[in-house]
Amino acid sequence: MKKTLYRLLQTSMFVAMASIWLFSCKPKISDQDIETKIQSNSALSHLAVTVKDGVVTLSGEAKDEADRTNSEAAVKSIEGVKEVINNTTIAPPPAPAPVEIAADDPLTKGIADALKDFPTVKATANDGVITVTGETTAANWKKIKMALDGLKPKKVDATALKIN
Amino acid sequence: MALQDKYKQLVDTATASGVANLQVREQDGVLYIDGEAPSGSVKDQLWDIYGKIDPNFLTGDVVMNVNVATAVAGAKAKVTTEKSNLNIRKGPGTDQPIVGKAAHNEIVTLVSKANDQWWLIRTDAGEEGYAYAQYLTVQ
Repeated sequence: MKKTLYRLLQTSMFVAMASIWLFSCKPKISDQDIETKIQSNSALSHLAVTVKDGVVTLSGEAKDEADRTNSEAAVKSIEGVKEVINNTTIAPPPAPAPVEIAADDPLTKGIADALKDFPTVKATANDGVITVTGETTAANWKKIKMALDGLKPKKVDATALKIN
Repeated sequence: MALQDKYKQLVDTATASGVANLQVREQDGVLYIDGEAPSGSVKDQLWDIYGKIDPNFLTGDVVMNVNVATAVAGAKAKVTTEKSNLNIRKGPGTDQPIVGKAAHNEIVTLVSKANDQWWLIRTDAGEEGYAYAQYLTVQ
């Protein structure tokens, strides 16, 4: 009886030892390893990362929705990552550049070129605003307006222009 | 944003017809529309729509600067003056001396652009100089 108990204990000990040996054979990936792997990926360098027990939390500003999902997928594919908590936000689009307005000197020169064939129309530039006076046909005014808009004025004011 | 609503059809058409580098910006009560149209007919269409929303372009709340993307070095352009010859000048400006003429409807070659208004062109006869781009229609 005592011998059987001893044998049983011996067997279970062996099983326990074997399982420890088997588990330790599989390399254990630490949180630090995961973090190092993420940090070495330049595509993820703009995001902040914390790792705890194989759960990765991503935060910071992603460039867009695609960047957000791609980053998550890249982290998920790293060995040892059990879960990704994606707390990233999407960066707002950059503000558009202010409109470039030409100075009065190039505008005045451009006006002279544009109006050369339309002697009944006059125009002046002041602080970027082109003021058009005189009279012309609707068809000619369209051509003039197309030319003047190409000079990068602040505004083309033709309220004083008479259209025949 | 009120101007963007008023000119929505214009902006939507520009987007739908493939205007590249399209920029629509509202600043100090003026809507600035910049971009490069894929063809001259798209540019014409945009100006037609603009003229329908704002008859005779008299409100002054839009500055539309849409160039034609095909106007690049080596392109052929037709002289589309009303009926007269087109002056070819030594430099980019009507203050520059005339060095040649291109006939109405003649086809010339675009050599380069001094700016959006003045293009350096060459005629088949070998005359080279600057011409006012508005009278040149890229083929």
